[in-house]
Amino acid sequence: MSQRIPVKELTDSFRGRAVGALADDQLRTNFRIAMDSLMQKRADAFPDEEEREGLRELGNHIKARALSRLPDLLEQLETRLTANGVKVHWAETTEEANRIVHSIIEAKQGSQVVKGKSMVSEEMEMNDYLADRNIECLESDMGEYIVQLDGEKPSHIIMPAIHKNRFQVSKLFHDKLGVDETEDVNELIQIGRRTLRQKFLEADVGVSGVNFAIAETGTLLLVENEGNGRMSTTAPPVHIAVTGIEKVVENLRDVVPLLSLLTRSALGQPITTYVNMISGPRKADELDGPEEVHLVLLDNGRSGAFADAQLRQTLNCIRCGACMNHCPVYARVGGHTYGEVYPGPIGKIITPHMVGLHKVPDHPSASSLCGACGEVCPVKIPIPEMLQRLRQENVKSPAEQPKVKDGGAKYSRKERAIWRFWASLNTSPVFYRLFLWGATRFGKLAPKNVGPWTENHSAPVPARRSLHDLAKAHLNQGDQR
Amino acid sequence: MSARSNILNKLRAGLAGTTPRPDDFNEGLVTRPWQYAPEDRIARLRSLMEAVHTEIHQLTTEEWPARVQELLESRGLKNVLYAPGTEHGKQLAEHWQRAEPRPELLVYDRPIEEWKEELFWQVDASVTGTVGGIAATGSLVLWPDRHDPRLMSLLPPLHIALLKASEVEDNLYGMMQKQNWSAGLPTNLLLVSGPSKTADIEQVLAYGAHGPKELVVLILEDA
Ligand code: SF4
Repeated sequence: MSQRIPVKELTDSFRGRAVGALADDQLRTNFRIAMDSLMQKRADAFPDEEEREGLRELGNHIKARALSRLPDLLEQLETRLTANGVKVHWAETTEEANRIVHSIIEAKQGSQVVKGKSMVSEEMEMNDYLADRNIECLESDMGEYIVQLDGEKPSHIIMPAIHKNRFQVSKLFHDKLGVDETEDVNELIQIGRRTLRQKFLEADVGVSGVNFAIAETGTLLLVENEGNGRMSTTAPPVHIAVTGIEKVVENLRDVVPLLSLLTRSALGQPITTYVNMISGPRKADELDGPEEVHLVLLDNGRSGAFADAQLRQTLNCIRCGACMNHCPVYARVGGHTYGEVYPGPIGKIITPHMVGLHKVPDHPSASSLCGACGEVCPVKIPIPEMLQRLRQENVKSPAEQPKVKDGGAKYSRKERAIWRFWASLNTSPVFYRLFLWGATRFGKLAPKNVGPWTENHSAPVPARRSLHDLAKAHLNQGDQR
Repeated sequence: MSARSNILNKLRAGLAGTTPRPDDFNEGLVTRPWQYAPEDRIARLRSLMEAVHTEIHQLTTEEWPARVQELLESRGLKNVLYAPGTEHGKQLAEHWQRAEPRPELLVYDRPIEEWKEELFWQVDASVTGTVGGIAATGSLVLWPDRHDPRLMSLLPPLHIALLKASEVEDNLYGMMQKQNWSAGLPTNLLLVSGPSKTADIEQVLAYGAHGPKELVVLILEDA
């Protein structure tokens, strides 16, 4: 099965996809149910507000401290890991990261790869890259496996197959694996278990992500419930971990609050079933574990966000998914509408740095700025503030030198001119009165088509008398009484 | 220029003129809410682990090998994997010699490569030690080494773990400090808080995703 798995093309723009998603009742029901339950679970996991807020503050400080020393900590991490026998690689682009991963696999003449859940490998589109080179790269997280089997991408960073229900999974397994249809979720999971266990056994290389990389000890920490992460990092002879450069923390003790924030915010669990801390390859006298462990540190636009003190906060993210669970836009349009690896609020603030605003011009504005995301974020990223900042960057003219990759994607001279006109209109009394005089008399000449507004509304027609005028008349009447 | 120096240079440029944030780690925030009276510790661990489908037995140190035998026989299992180089492994082997139970005792004494297929598909159960438990989150701490290999607690559908009652700590932070983890970690340190599970289909909880379907913890009271 080493041919390329066709990934259903994500056509159209955010707007176009959103219209489709909003009309899909099944999809909306699946998301609504899931988001409601995830929100409830998080609330139950933080019964004490004071405790929660203290922990969020601490989480924020730990990440901010790590970022304030990021280059030093990355070097320290590299030194420790190297001393422990782990090979560290650096990649500026996803292409570079893929090349590194491929060359490690090639050196081992590997043809089969199993992957634990890793969002960074999704960024890299590693599955496709390896498939093009005749290497099978199989997802082993149940949700990711289901999604991959159907040629799709994850729709949620923690619950990749949340858009599907059991009947859809049953049909998929029946069609692709030739098993009998069943509505029993347990049975469906057992089918996945059997199929994937054989793959773990055969795999030449295991790939995983990293939740926290600890500089002090040279340790890669992974959390999970299924055991596929442990499988991918323990059973194959080679383990390759891929991660973003922002995942490093200074000390081992720093992960205590972060871990608690992560699992409680994500799934409402006090802890995940497994916390897997890897500090090196198999030692000479050990009986199992990979003989080689590699870590690929990926930049992919992160250093761009890092360069700006405000936007840098985006890199606090510990990928818990709480912001999407609480987002009214995400819950309605679903993960695929975003068209990129990271959906929801975090996707809106991180993706522009990775792919540029040209590719995701609607991301910063696809928000009501209700503030729910910022309120629940366990590391206190002010997401609404970031969105506003990105909106500004999005409309900057080239002369204003936007700070974000492909900033100014939505810059329009016409719009800028209209706003300038509007500003001068409202700051000059003479001009204002003149305009008012004209608008009330020649209202019929107002444009019938005013952009997206008239797609769903009738065009506004100026009234014959202005509010000023009416108010003046009203007050005069009062004087006469 | 290499990717490494490009990345580091960009990051350093971004930090130009700034000073590192102070380390204001507040250990009270991760310890105070998670403290228990000694007599409540085990109860807390128990209730959390049982809530996620873990079976727990409290018994004395002498009794446990016989309990393992019972657990296997009541489930009709064919065999159990053990670690011969460990103290608990030796105790188990002694019991097996004496009582000669039906389930076969399998030894993990050679590199995985020599019997991978068998280990993946043929082993029904395993017995491993732990180096402690954490009351706050209901977790076991596993410190695999050459005697107690990593895959023992992952591949067999039934994992039986031994936990000394005296080694249960209040919280993760306390455990780290007490065992001085930052001075040196094993190849793969693990926290295990139940059997393998997933909620990836409709958020319906299903156990035995990729790891053990059942976790049994034998809490050993010092007699
Ligand atoms: S931005 Fe905050 S809430 Fe959203 S995934 Fe990241 S850490 Fe979680």
